[in-house]
Amino acid sequence: MKKSFTREQRQTIIYGILCIVIIIVILQLWLLTATMNAYLGGDETIIWPAALVSLVCLGLNLGLLRYLYAMERR
Amino acid sequence: MKNSEPMTIPPDGRTEAEQPRWRQDFPIDWPEDHYVARRDFTKFMVLTSLAFTVGQFWILAQNFLRKRRGEMPIRQIATIEQLRVGGALTFGYPGEKERCVLVRSDEKTFVAFSQECTHLSCAVVPQPEKGCFLCPCHEGSFDLVTGRPTAGPPRRPLARVKLEVRQGAVYATGMEGTTA
Repeated sequence: MKKSFTREQRQTIIYGILCIVIIIVILQLWLLTATMNAYLGGDETIIWPAALVSLVCLGLNLGLLRYLYAMERR
Repeated sequence: MKNSEPMTIPPDGRTEAEQPRWRQDFPIDWPEDHYVARRDFTKFMVLTSLAFTVGQFWILAQNFLRKRRGEMPIRQIATIEQLRVGGALTFGYPGEKERCVLVRSDEKTFVAFSQECTHLSCAVVPQPEKGCFLCPCHEGSFDLVTGRPTAGPPRRPLARVKLEVRQGAVYATGMEGTTA
């Protein structure tokens, strides 16, 4: 059986997760603006890689959120 | 959620039994409250992340549609006699609503660009005597021959119209997204 965390531990964990999620979202915002700029300038080479990277970032964020809810169920 | 741990100490520092009745009836579990607020904010940030990903795929879809539009029409814009050296002429290409401007920079050179400024889409004005296109909205400036931004807020060049000169007439044959 998995060990449940104390309140202090959960607070620390959620602060850590929130920091990581915010960093990833800022990265995605930068990626979106850079891709839009390239697309409007006629550069198509980075559109596919940028979409895939953004999808990976979303997957990471969803994984972290899932971990949070899993932690609460313990 | 397990709540076996003690709740927040009341602000007056007295024990829970000494607290007024209203606080005993409606105790606020501050650590839990903070935890839930941060969890909900994390959820909101993940939704924002989803929105950015959707935006990326929207750009991908727009790019796919742009490619599928296929060949641009070939259209006569003007005859050589219609345009003197240093003169300019506006025209619609590929549709009538997409305004472009044709400039004759010297005896044999014709250039044409979209009239939409790449900053905030104001109409640029050709100034052949100064060798530039000027955007009056924010004092943006583009080179008359290459379409590259030379001053002001625009960072991307004007979209170039491909031209062909044959049998005494100037034809538009396509668009280039960039002149970079």
